[in-house]
Amino acid sequence: MAGVVLKDVNKVYPNGYQAITDLNLEIADGEFLVLVGPSGCGKSTALRMVAGLEEITGGELSIGDRIVNDVHPKDRDIAMVFQNYALYPHMSVADNIGFPLKLAKVPKSQIRARVAKAASILDLTDQLDKKPGNLSGGQRQRVAMGRAIVRQPKAFLMDEPLSNLDAKLRVQMRAEIASLQKDLGVTTVYVTHDQVEAMTMGDRVAVMKRGFLQQADTPQNLYDKPANVFVAGFIGSPSMNLFLVKLGGTIEAPTIELGDQTLQVDPSALEGRSELTDFIGKDIVAGVRPEDISDAGLADEDERSPGETITTTVHLMESLGSEIIVHFPLPVESFSIMDAEFEGEDALEVATDSIGRTIYVARVSPRSQARLGESISLRFDTGRMHFFDPSTGLAIRD
Amino acid sequence: MVTRTNDSEPNIVRRVALPVAVLAGLVGLARLSLRLVKEPEGPGDVLASVYDLVGQGASADAIRDRGLQTIPSVALTILTALILGIIGIWYLFWALNALVDALPQRVRESVRPYVYLLPAVSLLGFFLVFPAVWTVWLSFTEDRGWRNYLDAFQEADSRRALVNNVIWLIVATAGSVSIGLVIAQLFDRIKREALAKTFIFLPLAISMVGASVIWRFVYWWKPPGTGQIGVVNAVITKFDAEPVAVFQTVPINTLALIAIMIWLQTGFAMVILSAAIKGVPTEHLEAARLDGASELQVFTRVILPSIRPSIITVTTTIAVAVLKVFDIVYVLTGGKFQTDVIANRMYKEMFIFSNKGRASSLAVLLFLMVVPVMVLNLRSARRQEAMR
Repeated sequence: MAGVVLKDVNKVYPNGYQAITDLNLEIADGEFLVLVGPSGCGKSTALRMVAGLEEITGGELSIGDRIVNDVHPKDRDIAMVFQNYALYPHMSVADNIGFPLKLAKVPKSQIRARVAKAASILDLTDQLDKKPGNLSGGQRQRVAMGRAIVRQPKAFLMDEPLSNLDAKLRVQMRAEIASLQKDLGVTTVYVTHDQVEAMTMGDRVAVMKRGFLQQADTPQNLYDKPANVFVAGFIGSPSMNLFLVKLGGTIEAPTIELGDQTLQVDPSALEGRSELTDFIGKDIVAGVRPEDISDAGLADEDERSPGETITTTVHLMESLGSEIIVHFPLPVESFSIMDAEFEGEDALEVATDSIGRTIYVARVSPRSQARLGESISLRFDTGRMHFFDPSTGLAIRD
Repeated sequence: MVTRTNDSEPNIVRRVALPVAVLAGLVGLARLSLRLVKEPEGPGDVLASVYDLVGQGASADAIRDRGLQTIPSVALTILTALILGIIGIWYLFWALNALVDALPQRVRESVRPYVYLLPAVSLLGFFLVFPAVWTVWLSFTEDRGWRNYLDAFQEADSRRALVNNVIWLIVATAGSVSIGLVIAQLFDRIKREALAKTFIFLPLAISMVGASVIWRFVYWWKPPGTGQIGVVNAVITKFDAEPVAVFQTVPINTLALIAIMIWLQTGFAMVILSAAIKGVPTEHLEAARLDGASELQVFTRVILPSIRPSIITVTTTIAVAVLKVFDIVYVLTGGKFQTDVIANRMYKEMFIFSNKGRASSLAVLLFLMVVPVMVLNLRSARRQEAMR
């Protein structure tokens, strides 16, 4: 077992496309690191470079204490789980799991014992003689895991291993893989585009966008202290509301204008944000998570300070039982985290209502009396607001 | 096509009588045209009648006087056959279909498929099944009866042909499949793959006779001391060795002939196996590399087992082609110098020595050799079907 270190790693394809730019990541021994980002962000490329399946154009990659830039994948002593599992169809489950050991010339009796052990961990003992074609998706996923764990490699690499499973199985396997990794203590790099997987499984999560690392931190820190507006918008579901507004008022009592309504920013939001002074009277991106907006009609009377409540109408309601997602319009421009020139499948179109007002989202209590099309008072928890510099996208924080 | 609104008496008569008339007309027309094209003046007569019909009496007389030249005559025959064939087949199916419609509703739909199959099956039976059965019959009744088979194994020339066929089967098949496989795998990694593959594939487009003529020059022998025009002997004499009379030297001659077959068939094996290799998912290869496999192990343990069905198909297809080999031997050695093979032996017995029985027994033996290969092929195809 060993840590994995990427130092100024670059990947440029022969056609000139720069997939990864100056990637720096230190993955500690035994750590579970999740690489997450929209498609085309370079997360899979980064993983494949660690595996040795893609050449490294520049920079340095080391596994353990060894620089492995030019080491053949077979000599890197790492195991990979592929999205489609890549099980050998002509081999039985036992042969699939034992294949790395067979190649390593491990004695047959030992192979059998280790395969049996891996199979019992993964609950595959009854399937050992079957061919992969006769297994369910979840079982195939386990066989792929078995092939990875049987060898006790230096690191596990997983490339969206759960994306071919149905939703329920995915939740179950998510927990199983995470606990298996904890038990084995093997350094793991896990690629996914699903932020729920990223948040629930990773010790740390590295968010990538267009080949650039945006932020690598614990899931809670990513959520609480996003380094830039992209991470803020990418992590969390529904996404953070990002208002492109003018910061008004004074530095002691700043305000933001949401159309014709003024929102008083709570002083607690100013803590550790001394740079905010420079933005008084200037454009700023103010971020409010949907869960920090509540139905003012339900709040206690004395908590309802007028500066923190706005009135709008209900554009759309999604009742999830435990909560209600309320979509509401405001005549305020939204800040898009997707670059205009990079219109991929992830480039979300900004939703607007019939008169061109941008639609924002609140996550309110199921006890809310909100009615579709009727007016609603929403209370913004302005103490938990996020602020970003609209020109750089970086968080305004000391 | 035919309305089925009411089943009244006169209607039935009309519905049965018309198709029957059409069928009878077709048979008559077929017999007439057959007789026409069998006669040397047939096509000319037809054309002359057509000219008469359109009022060009002079042209018609000219044709009747001098007859038609070969090419227009043949062209006319083909044209007549095409027109009669296409229109005739259309009417044939129409008439058969109409007759089926006249049947009671109960049996109609169960009979229809067989009626549709009838023309094809009867043609197949007449041109394929009947000659096959007749060959078997001849092999047991003509010449020395069932002893024809003893002769095939005991008589030196035909035994040599049988042995040679086995050598051909093993060397030519194994040679073209393995060379094709290696080339397919190696070419998978190069830049100008399509171009390189084209060169390997090209010989397949050459007829066996054409290839034999080409290789006749490659193997050409001239007495020592004179300039060698054959590539093989030119190279050999460059190394101060005596030129080899390839076709006269046993056993080099058979191997030299087999080399031509390999040259012809490698392209076929390569194309099929190359497609199969490309069909192996990249992830399987990558997974194997990460599992610790060397490139050779990736090939032997992942690629080879994955393309096994294609290898079997290619092997059996080439094996059948090799077993039936005739042209190469016929053109280059005529079976002399112990290079004979069954097909050539069979041809000689039949058309040169007029030993119908012995030729037929060789044909039957050749057929029996092909059968196990075909069974293997079919079984592999069925297993693939089951895996899907």
